Amino acid sequence: MKRRIFAYPYIVWMILFIAAPMLFIVYYAVNVGGEWTLTKFWGTLSDAAKWNVLWISVQMAFKTTVICLLLGYPIAYILSNMKKTVAGFLSVLFFVPMWMNFVLRTYAWQAILEYFLPNLFGMGNNTLTGTESAVLMVLVYNFLPFMVLPLYNTLSKLDKSLLEAAHDLGANSVLTFFRVILPLSVPGIVSGITMVFIPAITAFTVPALIGNGKYNLYGNEIELAFKTLSGQGDYAVGSTLSLILLLCVLVSTLIMNHFDKDQQEGGQMW
Amino acid sequence: MVKRAARSLKYVYLALMLFFLYVPILYLIVFSFNDFSTGRRISYANLGRWKGFTLQNYTTLFTGEAGQALLLTLEIAAISSVAATLIGTAAAIGIYAMKKRTRNVVLNISQLPMVNPDLVTGITFMMLFAFVNSVLVSLGTKQVGDYVKLLIAHISFSIPYVIFSVMPRLRQSSDLLYEAAMDLGCSPMQALLKAVIPDIMPGITSGFVMALTMSLDDFVVSYFVSDLRSVLSVYIYSAARGARGVNPALATVIFIPLVTLLLAVNFRRLAKEREYEIQNKKVKLKDKGGNIQ
Repeated sequence: MKRRIFAYPYIVWMILFIAAPMLFIVYYAVNVGGEWTLTKFWGTLSDAAKWNVLWISVQMAFKTTVICLLLGYPIAYILSNMKKTVAGFLSVLFFVPMWMNFVLRTYAWQAILEYFLPNLFGMGNNTLTGTESAVLMVLVYNFLPFMVLPLYNTLSKLDKSLLEAAHDLGANSVLTFFRVILPLSVPGIVSGITMVFIPAITAFTVPALIGNGKYNLYGNEIELAFKTLSGQGDYAVGSTLSLILLLCVLVSTLIMNHFDKDQQEGGQMW
Repeated sequence: MVKRAARSLKYVYLALMLFFLYVPILYLIVFSFNDFSTGRRISYANLGRWKGFTLQNYTTLFTGEAGQALLLTLEIAAISSVAATLIGTAAAIGIYAMKKRTRNVVLNISQLPMVNPDLVTGITFMMLFAFVNSVLVSLGTKQVGDYVKLLIAHISFSIPYVIFSVMPRLRQSSDLLYEAAMDLGCSPMQALLKAVIPDIMPGITSGFVMALTMSLDDFVVSYFVSDLRSVLSVYIYSAARGARGVNPALATVIFIPLVTLLLAVNFRRLAKEREYEIQNKKVKLKDKGGNIQ
């Protein structure tokens, strides 16, 4: 008996629950109530407001990624240079929040920004939620550990003898950093960016809880299209928006792969 | 002097960042001891004014919807991670024995839930079940309920993580193990259970832990898949958006076990590493001694 057959239950599962569901995005984009039509599809594509939200979301995700990188790189760098026992303990502390329910943490920020800080500073009925900077801060908060983790993994595997070599050859610490450490940590930077950028575009919880519905991102557009308070949403609009999102994922993954030369076995589909 | 200043600056920076990461968690834990009762009712909506110490939030924590949601979360996580580990491990072994072409196709499709944004995975499941249920309605049979939908979705997005953590182990393990066990009289099932599985056990374990945490942590997919009853994170989201708010004591009951577990695991690993280091040093010293003689 061939070993291959052990994969057959999964293959069936995969076709039913991984491959087939993807087709439904296309199906519902062009099939409204059992009728094949492209009106909703074109209608959504030519809706300037939707594209505007996408553009705002891409900018927001970009800002989030850049700030996470700027804040996270020093963390990973400092941790990777510490004694192994101390670094192990501290890195756990940095990654614990990742495992803690992020909706709950976002809720905590909502309480802090909406009630605690305004109460503390006597701002009356004014709140700190519903602003772009509040949404940006909580996005950075949520994604920071996801940036630190790959950076820390890459930096702590860095061959320290290369740094000694750079010093022996007369490079000072600044030069060593920019000519040796930074180029060698590019794989970590790339996977950090991929772990932050796309999830940031689709993050709809943070804008919903922190933006007070006044500051919606692309994820919210999709959420609202599918999950309206009055029962069934508009699948055609939601599906079309998701197709655009998948296109964005495809493009950004292609760009990332271009920078990341280490391809895994099995190839990359996206 | 400059060096010392630089070093303390490093610690200050790390401390600031840790403070940033823990502020909301500590905030909830502190306010979990706050008195929220207004008259006879409890409302968590104004989570910003300290009104007095009480343990009430802990005694009422699991009485209502939150308790049901937590129970469902644990149940779904346990069942889905075991199922995903079984299906995923068998799949990895099977896929590994496939021809390169088929293997790449299967692995590429398997990567979809890992590279797709959660949002897309969530809505695809939502649409699949909407379609299936509409067919079931027209056939006049019972529709697929939230429990089954959540289970199927959680198993599906967990399997790839199991496959991709078992795969590298299989690559390290010998191809001949399975054949050898069969030559020695094992049935294929026995060969698998007695020879192959023990060899790739670390990969299976880490796959299982990943599946478990993916399931426990999931919000987005569960949110789109379920309609009436759902897991804890979905409960928190709807409670946070509504007027009732969320009992902050939830933060404590999630946070304390989590930190304890992670630190315990990490300290064990560190102890092992340290032991390994010391042994390595001894070996090196011995080698040096040998060279001198």
